[in-house]
Amino acid sequence: MHRFANPARFLRISAVILPWAVGLAALFIATGLYFALFASPPDYQQGESVRIMYVHVPSAWMASFVYGGLALTSAIALVWKHPLAHVAAKAMSPIGACFTFMALATGSLWGKPMWGTWWVWDARLTSVLILFFLYLGHMALLNAFEDSSRGERAAAVLALVGAINLPIIHWSVEWWNTLHQPASIFRMGGPTIDSAMLIPLFLMALGYTAYFVVVLILRMRGELLARKIRVIRMARVTGAEHLSASRATS
Amino acid sequence: MRRFILIVGRELRLAYRQGGDAGLAVAFFVIAAALFPLGIGPEEQLLSRIAAGVVWVTALLAVLLALERLFQTDFEDGTLDLLALSPLPLELVVLAKCLANWLLTGAPLLIAAPIIAVLLHMKTEGLVILTASMLLGTPTLSLIGSIGAALTVGARRGGVLLSLLLLPLYVPVLIFGVSAVDQAVAGMGGKPELLILGAFLAAALPLAPWAAAAALRQAVE
Repeated sequence: MHRFANPARFLRISAVILPWAVGLAALFIATGLYFALFASPPDYQQGESVRIMYVHVPSAWMASFVYGGLALTSAIALVWKHPLAHVAAKAMSPIGACFTFMALATGSLWGKPMWGTWWVWDARLTSVLILFFLYLGHMALLNAFEDSSRGERAAAVLALVGAINLPIIHWSVEWWNTLHQPASIFRMGGPTIDSAMLIPLFLMALGYTAYFVVVLILRMRGELLARKIRVIRMARVTGAEHLSASRATS
Repeated sequence: MRRFILIVGRELRLAYRQGGDAGLAVAFFVIAAALFPLGIGPEEQLLSRIAAGVVWVTALLAVLLALERLFQTDFEDGTLDLLALSPLPLELVVLAKCLANWLLTGAPLLIAAPIIAVLLHMKTEGLVILTASMLLGTPTLSLIGSIGAALTVGARRGGVLLSLLLLPLYVPVLIFGVSAVDQAVAGMGGKPELLILGAFLAAALPLAPWAAAAALRQAVE
């Protein structure tokens, strides 16, 4: 794993991956949207509004998935002090927060025609809302310290503590009686929805994942470059001091 | 064990001599709870319906209020470094501080809560369960709170940040604390909810000091 700890190597490898990820994201999201909006049948009960699912469900998956990644990178950062892991964690939480917000917003828009209400205080919705707050807390804690590496370590501990919410989100629809429908895809005995709807759903999920990789690489590269600039500036300042000091003595 | 008791004793002595903190949390609890009848109106049925929620939410905020200084003052005057170097594991230091914090804020709330509940016209069936649920719930709040307090040691705007970090983690305790009382008032006992609150406490007792000590090590490093 420490083979990838070198930022220069990461920049090289990520530069190769980036165009592929951009291409895959564009391809999957374009075909997924075509199937979702035009080539898939409307639901027999929900009519056309079922198409919200193709945006809502993948964002909800990504919201949990990104938090899983955040917890994993935080654990790696704390245990092995891997230098890139902190950069990755810092890059992930805003992306995850955006996916969570999208899941909540589209779910709310879907809930109005289906359940007759924008919001219910049930276990699934509440636990996803808490996930959103955890992301916000992670971002706030990262920026709360003068010493940025202290903020990174504190945020990593918080990310691990918050991981307790992930199983709660996943099983909330089974543990509690709720308006939100139970899992119909990742369940024992295979999915219960038709392949005409499953294919666009998976295309969208793959597209979202590729898009996540694109944004993650961009944000990590940006963070590494920002650090480089900071180091160069510091070197320039101390270099100037040395110069003026040597001038004063000579 | 002797060192553990010494730390608890030190915390209690400090609080006693400086006065304030413990009393302030209860005073905040009473005043904040008293605002609800003034804001909503003195209608008896409405108040008795929301009494459990009001008592639990204000108690939760009162606990939060006292947590900000759990490690902050020790961090500022250097005591935290000495505690981290002491032969007692840092996890037990955290546990001792949680116990002292609970004795100073949680325990007084236990006495104040039924009084406030009576003033809010809670039905008498609910009062015993309310006290029982707070007896099980408030130590969990102190324990989870120690994680947040340890994470925000030395942070800018620590207080606001602390509530942003902790309130999401407090939600399960709040939900089961309130529903225990609601079930009891509805005549269904509320024992399952109390058992779940007990499970939360049993889980937080070893895990929270562990996480908080990990966070404190980052702070004193």
